[in-house]
Amino acid sequence: MSESGRRLMQGNEAVVEASLVAGCRFFAGYPITPSTEIAELLASRLPQVGGRFIQMEDEIASMGAAIGASLAGTKAMTATSGPGFSLKQENLGFAALTEVPVVVVDVQRMGPSTGMPTAPSQGDIMQARWGTHGDHPIVALCPASVGETYAATIRAFNISEALRVPVVLLLDEVIGHMREGVAMADAQNVEIIDRKGPSVSPSEFLPYADDGTMVPEMAAFGEGYRHHVTGLFHDETGFPDMSAAVAKSLMQRIMGKLDAHRHVYEWTEARDTEEAEVLLVTFGSPAQAARSAINRAQREGMKVGEFRLITLWPFPEKALREAATGARAVIVPEMNLGQLRLEVERVMGCATPVYGINRTDGDIFKPDEIYQGIVEVYSG
Amino acid sequence: MNTHLRKYFRQEHLPHIWCPGCGNGIVTAAILRALDRLGWEKDRTVFVSGIGCSSRAPGYLDFNTLHTTHGRALVFATGVKVAHPNLNVVVITGDGDASAIGGNHLIHAARRNIDITTICFNNSIYGMTGGQYSPLSPTDSVASTAPFGNTDRSFDLCRLVEAAGASYVARGTTYHVTPLTKLIERGFEKRGFSFVEAITACPVYFGRRNKMRTPVEMLEWQKDAAVPITRAQKMDPEELAGKFVIGTFVDIDMPEYTESYERLLREHASDRGGG
Repeated sequence: MSESGRRLMQGNEAVVEASLVAGCRFFAGYPITPSTEIAELLASRLPQVGGRFIQMEDEIASMGAAIGASLAGTKAMTATSGPGFSLKQENLGFAALTEVPVVVVDVQRMGPSTGMPTAPSQGDIMQARWGTHGDHPIVALCPASVGETYAATIRAFNISEALRVPVVLLLDEVIGHMREGVAMADAQNVEIIDRKGPSVSPSEFLPYADDGTMVPEMAAFGEGYRHHVTGLFHDETGFPDMSAAVAKSLMQRIMGKLDAHRHVYEWTEARDTEEAEVLLVTFGSPAQAARSAINRAQREGMKVGEFRLITLWPFPEKALREAATGARAVIVPEMNLGQLRLEVERVMGCATPVYGINRTDGDIFKPDEIYQGIVEVYSG
Repeated sequence: MNTHLRKYFRQEHLPHIWCPGCGNGIVTAAILRALDRLGWEKDRTVFVSGIGCSSRAPGYLDFNTLHTTHGRALVFATGVKVAHPNLNVVVITGDGDASAIGGNHLIHAARRNIDITTICFNNSIYGMTGGQYSPLSPTDSVASTAPFGNTDRSFDLCRLVEAAGASYVARGTTYHVTPLTKLIERGFEKRGFSFVEAITACPVYFGRRNKMRTPVEMLEWQKDAAVPITRAQKMDPEELAGKFVIGTFVDIDMPEYTESYERLLREHASDRGGG
């Protein structure tokens, strides 16, 4: 990404500016702390670029409106926090099954319930993966800085358009409200991916046919490709079909398309993992405190590495296994009671112990507490 | 089927799933007749529905069709219309879909006065799930979840939509097909939010339990209980007990949502670009 200047901005503002570069021209939202700035800024920014903003009556409506706009051919986004993210799950499942590109930002705050609205958390990790009912494809990205939020927002749209899958952008209150200098993209030199349109005439068009990529071509309403979209299981024509064979093949394709295109969404970063005896698996804002703790431990001679996940779902299983090859222990710092640790444990198996450093008091990690955790595990 | 309406159907997806005696086909044909008179193009028209028996109608129609989640048709339709204001957007919904789980969306779509025509197929019951009472089931009527009679009060959805600010509100029945078609046609023509409640028959799950065992008895009930608005205005509330009013309740011109937003776009567009 080439730069066109730097600007000091909040994480929520980075989402806004990057979404416009990515081609977002529709936003539906509902006020909720700590994501509200995204709606406020887009209310003025979208009209400047010919886009449309609407404040809906609730979170369910915002999710549905974003999907409707996307079906009409417009790149669309909605943003929320925990309580609203719970409400979006119903229509998020609709987008997953009907394969409608849409980006959902969740600026995580302490839950459950109303919880602590202005306190950061990473309590929605599992909800991002399993929040809607049924097995379903979904991608979740979790940037660790404001600058990375800018890049991750553009990537979220690209993934969503390329694979026709809803993408969840998981920030937390710290990232959403923190201000950092951000390298702004030069709109002309950023890779922007748009959904692929029909390559055949309307009479030959099958809206859910696999063209070999497992990602069907997509026509917008109003383009002459009249078709049916339903949240029922459907065959390649788009019409309901409740037979076991159709259900099986639809499920295999919508899940399989993510397996087949891992390079499109998988995004991780390995640092000093080759020699590491202890590996930290980090993600989101706690990665910043963890980095500082790792540096200190390394200066003191400890062989500690870092494997940072920007893509949380689908879980980068193979990349983690490679990064953790030589490690005798793994540590996962997270602002919840160990949601991602469960997944890391699953991948590591019984041979390598996985320890959590957890906070659920609404406060952020200090480097020192992560450092203490490293020392304990390292000498243990 | 009238031959001139045949072109609007996806005939390969017929027959429909509706029970014998169901009135949904009558409402669907009225919608198509109205649309045909106005010459609406198939490519420029989007049908959006929620969940329930009536919400299956768009699947049979050869337009851009979107079968969404329970109660949410209007929010998807709002996204389509705001993103693409030049499309004709029609919502097909049922009494449970529109008034219970989707009630809030109905209020706010009417309040925005967005140019969407909503046709509510009111069969007084949740038919798809086998006959549970809806907010529009009459008090004392029997349903699978009201075996001793419905203790809920039924409410008047047209008055709700009127109060919420729609430009056009009307009610018709499947007995009065010609007036129903005209009401729908007027709703289509109207710029702004249009709401047409179409009273339809569910003999299998509503009629059977409520002393109207046959489709004919249900149509006779529609004929007898319907009071045209001009006559109703001269009647006392006591005389109207057990009846319902049909006709046009609201037909006024008010600012339409997407037009107001397009004006805002013209006034505030700048050349700042996307970065």
